[in-house]
Amino acid sequence: MTKKTRLLLKAAGCAGALLLALGVAAPAPARAEVRIDITKGVVEPLPIAITSFAGAGGREAQVGSDISKVVAADLERSGLFRPLDPKGFLQTPDQLRSGEPRYQDWRAVGAQALVAGNTTAMGDGRMKVDFRLWDVAAGQYMQGLSYTATADSWRRIAHIVADAIYKRLTGEEGYFDTRIVYVAESGPANARKKQLAIMDQDGENHQFLTDGKNLVLTPRFSPATQEITYMSYFNKKPRVYLFNIDSGRQEVLGDFVGMTFAPRFSPDGNKVIMSMAQNGNTDIYALDLRTRRQTQLTDSPGIDTGPSYSPDGQRIVFESDRGGSQQLYIMNADGSGPKRLTFGEGRYGTPVWSPRGDLIAFTRQRGSNFALGVIRPDGTGERILTESFHVEGPTWAPNGRVLSFFRDVPAGDGRGRSAKLYTIDVTGANERRVITPLDGSDPAWSPLIP
Amino acid sequence: MRIKYLSLIAAVALVAACETAPKDAGNASGNGAATQSSIRPGSQEDLVVNVGDRVFFGLDRYDLAPEARATLDRQSSWLKQYPNVTVTIEGHADERGTREYNLALGERRANSVKNYLVAGGINASRVKVISYGKEKPAVLGSNEASWAQNRRGVTVVD
Repeated sequence: MTKKTRLLLKAAGCAGALLLALGVAAPAPARAEVRIDITKGVVEPLPIAITSFAGAGGREAQVGSDISKVVAADLERSGLFRPLDPKGFLQTPDQLRSGEPRYQDWRAVGAQALVAGNTTAMGDGRMKVDFRLWDVAAGQYMQGLSYTATADSWRRIAHIVADAIYKRLTGEEGYFDTRIVYVAESGPANARKKQLAIMDQDGENHQFLTDGKNLVLTPRFSPATQEITYMSYFNKKPRVYLFNIDSGRQEVLGDFVGMTFAPRFSPDGNKVIMSMAQNGNTDIYALDLRTRRQTQLTDSPGIDTGPSYSPDGQRIVFESDRGGSQQLYIMNADGSGPKRLTFGEGRYGTPVWSPRGDLIAFTRQRGSNFALGVIRPDGTGERILTESFHVEGPTWAPNGRVLSFFRDVPAGDGRGRSAKLYTIDVTGANERRVITPLDGSDPAWSPLIP
Repeated sequence: MRIKYLSLIAAVALVAACETAPKDAGNASGNGAATQSSIRPGSQEDLVVNVGDRVFFGLDRYDLAPEARATLDRQSSWLKQYPNVTVTIEGHADERGTREYNLALGERRANSVKNYLVAGGINASRVKVISYGKEKPAVLGSNEASWAQNRRGVTVVD
């Protein structure tokens, strides 16, 4: 696959344009241009030159330089781009600001795409960041955009710029202007301290949301990204809670006699779906956040948990052992018409529907290993992305192309294990650690920040 | 059998550690072992040392083996002896399961214990349940011996 891709790339390069798209059935674009087709598995990362966004000088120069570094880091981490070392660049950012690129100078350093940017102070405390993108081999301008924001939000601007570049060159929505909420873990394995923590998707702007006095599990974002639903053992009563990120306000959700857990928002943000366990039986309930009405959706004597809505809100995938072993099922949003989705060997859990709707990610246990996989909602196309002693809890980036999850690795002292966060492409390629101050588990990726 | 023996040793060690508290310094003639007389009747220590506070479950199971039933029969008698004692049954799972399934499984196990005690004549209002899933292993280690000790229901005096 890789070899074939590279050959096609070379052929496209000889034609003078960087058409990286491999789709043969799709009509050719009117004008061939640099483009990455990320639906085809492993592709050779696109060499891209990102020049400094430093402006005229002073504070903006530092911010501008930092912005271009964050843009480059985002694009590099996607596995689809290879930012080139600016030390080798022949044309200066100043020369690019005042005129056209000297394409031959950028071809000489191996760049196929070129990004230049500028940062200017507005005088009112805000700053303006603009950038331009060129197709080096074709020798043509592709895109230019401008953003104005307060100076302290420069990281968000950098992620927004990276998303624009990603979208222009792949045709897919970006996912860099997002956050991840997760459970930060510390202390010995038999007395683990667990806190909610939130960070940008690249690990920056990290902050703890809870103090660790109460055991907390499975945080998940609301579609508006301002609220988190999670499970807490506050007062030794394990229940599903709602946490408002801005106000810090927390409230218990619903009035259930038994333990509630495994919460997730509906795509419109109006409901939280969850499990309730009582007398040894676990069923799925939906709680309407506006009316606070609780609706029971399943009524099997088994364990029904891990519910996740389809992006249109019409269906729910969940896990159940009603058939004897833990498997995935899909039902209508009102609980009717449950149908078994998985029939493979082993056990399937933690299903989560892709924001694109095309796939459902899951954790699978087979033999002595855990694996992460995806399957189409019609039950076809099951694929394993990664497998090890223990991987669990997939969550989708908003573009449905990247997932985050956690993996237990042997702890340094040889006793017990410690959990770390990772990301991986839906193809199974480009697995990366997400660096966190403490151990981490139960990641949940936010939608794009509105 | 061996597992039960080990946990009992651990429990005795725990109690012995408690007994090193200064207020018991007067009882210096003993050989260091915890004695029946130093354990407050109806306490958690009493339950652990003289009755057995926990039962174990098979892989992905929540039914009670004969040995577990014998332990719970002793717990029933003990609870009848101390009618003012109320307890919480903690249900636990080993690490070889997904988080949410294990929460549900722990709740099943805790209820198996509760139901057995209630069937044995203990008033249901004296027995609460809580599941910790795989969050609080009793024993560290990623092997079958450790997992077997972590798949448990533990009776805790409130």
